[in-house]
Amino acid sequence: MSTATQTSVKENTAPRPKLGWLVTDSIAVSRRHLLKITRVPESLFFALIQPVMFVLLFAFVFGGAIDVGPNGAQSYREYLIPGILAQTVMFAVAGITVGITEDASKGIMDRFRSLPMRPGAVLTGHTLASLLQNTLVIGILSVTGYAVGWRIHNGASDAALAYLMFALFAYAITWVGAWIGLKMPNTEVASTAGLAWIFPFTFASNIFTPVATMPTWLQPFVLWNPVSCLALSARQLFGNPTPLLGDSFPERYPVQLSFAYAILLLAIFAPLAVRAFKTRNK
Amino acid sequence: MTLAIKASGLAKAYGDVIALNGIDIEVEQGTVLGLLGPNGSGKTTTVRILATLLQADSGSASVGGFDVATQQDEVRSVIGLTGQYAAVDEYLTGRENLELFGRLFHLSKFDAAKRAAELLDRFDLTDAADRGIKGYSGGMRRRLDLAASLIGRPNVLFLDEPTTGLDPRSRQGMWEVIEALVADGTTVLLTTQYLEEADQLADRIVVLDHGNVIAQGTSDQLKSQVGGDRIEIVLENVSEIARAAELIAEFGSAPATTEDVTKTVLLPVAGGSTAIVNIVRKLDENKISIADIALRRPTLDDVFLSLTGHAAEDKTETLDSPKGRRGRKARR
Repeated sequence: MSTATQTSVKENTAPRPKLGWLVTDSIAVSRRHLLKITRVPESLFFALIQPVMFVLLFAFVFGGAIDVGPNGAQSYREYLIPGILAQTVMFAVAGITVGITEDASKGIMDRFRSLPMRPGAVLTGHTLASLLQNTLVIGILSVTGYAVGWRIHNGASDAALAYLMFALFAYAITWVGAWIGLKMPNTEVASTAGLAWIFPFTFASNIFTPVATMPTWLQPFVLWNPVSCLALSARQLFGNPTPLLGDSFPERYPVQLSFAYAILLLAIFAPLAVRAFKTRNK
Repeated sequence: MTLAIKASGLAKAYGDVIALNGIDIEVEQGTVLGLLGPNGSGKTTTVRILATLLQADSGSASVGGFDVATQQDEVRSVIGLTGQYAAVDEYLTGRENLELFGRLFHLSKFDAAKRAAELLDRFDLTDAADRGIKGYSGGMRRRLDLAASLIGRPNVLFLDEPTTGLDPRSRQGMWEVIEALVADGTTVLLTTQYLEEADQLADRIVVLDHGNVIAQGTSDQLKSQVGGDRIEIVLENVSEIARAAELIAEFGSAPATTEDVTKTVLLPVAGGSTAIVNIVRKLDENKISIADIALRRPTLDDVFLSLTGHAAEDKTETLDSPKGRRGRKARR
C-alpha cells in the first residue's frame, strides 16, 4: 500500500465534477443490471411474454365484445395496442420495485455505500437499465401488434413522438417503483405492494374499454388517470380509434398532459427515492 | 503516533435499544484493532458508523483524518469494508464484480480491469474469475468480498466478522490473507466474536458488551487481568498425583490444584517456560511419568468471563475454531 498509489487514485477522482461522476457511475450500475438480464434470461422472457399474451387474449377473446369503431374486432385491435403499451409500461414498475428492495436488503448496498461513488447512481443506473428493457418490450409489442392488425396511420414524426412519450413516461414511473421499493421491508411485501397500486391505475383507465362504458362516478378518475392520457395520446398520434367521452381537458390535450405527468412524476419521485436511498438503514 | 481511526463518545440507539453507549476508540496507523464481543454488543454498529453507512446519534469520529459525518466522500476513498455477508452481486462473475466496483471507485476502465485481475490472482480466484458467484463456495465468496474491499487500495480496512460461518480451513486461509495485508501496512479494524481470532490477529483488543467498552489493551494485558500462566501436567498414573503436586509446589506462585479424573495437576506459575524445565526435571528425578505437559495462558474466554460475569455468547466457537481452544499449546 504505497502512498504514491493512493495519491494517484485520489488525483484521478478529483477533477471531474459531480455530475460527470453521476453519469459514469450510472452507466457502470446499469451495465450491472443489463448483465444480470443476460444471466437470467427467463426474467426478460416473462417480461415479454406477459404483454404479448394480453394482446392475443384481448384481441381475440374479448375483442368482439367491445365496440370502439365501425370495423368491429379490427377497430378494437387498433384501439387495444396503444393501451397494452401503456399497461406494459405500468407493469414493468413492479419489477424494479422488487429488484430495488432485494438489492437494498442485501450486502451489496453496503458495498455501494462504502464506495466514493455518487449515491444516486445506484438508482439512476437501475432505472436506466429498466428503461432499456422496457424499450425492448415496447418494440416487441409493436411487432406483435402489427401482426394482429394494428397499424400506424399518421406520419413518422407523430409516431416518434408517441414512442418518445412512452419512453419518458416509462422512465418517470420507474422512479415511483424505486421509491416504493426503498420503503418496503422485504421482497415479499415489495412484490405485492409493488403491484397493488398499479392495478387501479391500469384497469380504471381507457386502455381496454372506452370511458363511456364506465359508471359516471368513476369517469373523472379515468379521464385524468395518467395511464388513460398516455393511451389516448398514443391513439391520437398513431391515428387509431379514439372514442371520446366529451370535451374535457384531458381529452383535448392528452399529449401535453402525458408529458406533464411524466415530468411531474420525475420531479417528485426521483428526489424522494434518492432521499429514501440515503436514509434507508441509517 | 498517527491515528488512523479516532472515535469519541459514539452513541447510537435503535428506538429504545441502546446499541452504543458512548464509546471511544483509537487505532494507530498500521495496527490492527480487534473489536471483541458477543452478538448485540455494538461491534457492527461501530463499524457501520466508522464506514459512513450509519449516522451516530452523538459523538464524533474520523477515519484517515476525515470526519465520518461531514466528509463522507473523502472517508470512502480511503476505506475498504468487508461485512458479515459477501457484499457482491450474485449474478455477475467474480471479475465482473471487481470491475464494477473498480469503476465505481472511479478507476479508468483499463485500471479497473487490471486491478481486478491483480486481486483475483492474489486471492487465488483466477480459475473461478469468469464463473458466476452463485457457484462459489463460502470461502471463495469471502475472499472475493475482501478483494472487492481492496479495490481502492484502502489505508483503513474494516472487517466485520470476516470469518463467521467459514469452515476451519477457509478461516485459516482468511487469517493468512489478513496478516499479509497488515504486513503491507494497512490499518485494520476487525470485529469478531471468536476470541481466538482477536488473539491471533489483533495488536490491541477492545472488548465491547452491551454498547460499552469494558476492557482494552493487548491480548497479554487482558489475560494478565485474570491471572498469570498455569502449567498443566497430565500424569500416567492417578496414584502419583498427590506426590507430584507436593514435589513441584516450590516452582508455583500459588498452590497446585489436582483433578483425579483427568490425572491432571494445575500449577499457577510466574516464570512461564523456565518453570516447565524445572518441573520436568523434578518429576523425572522422582520417577513420575508424565503423559503430557503444557504451559497454559488464560484464554480470552477467561477474560470475558471475568470481565462480564458471563461467557462470550457464541457457544459454537470451540467447535468452529481451527485448533480446539482447550487443547491449544500456549503461544507467545
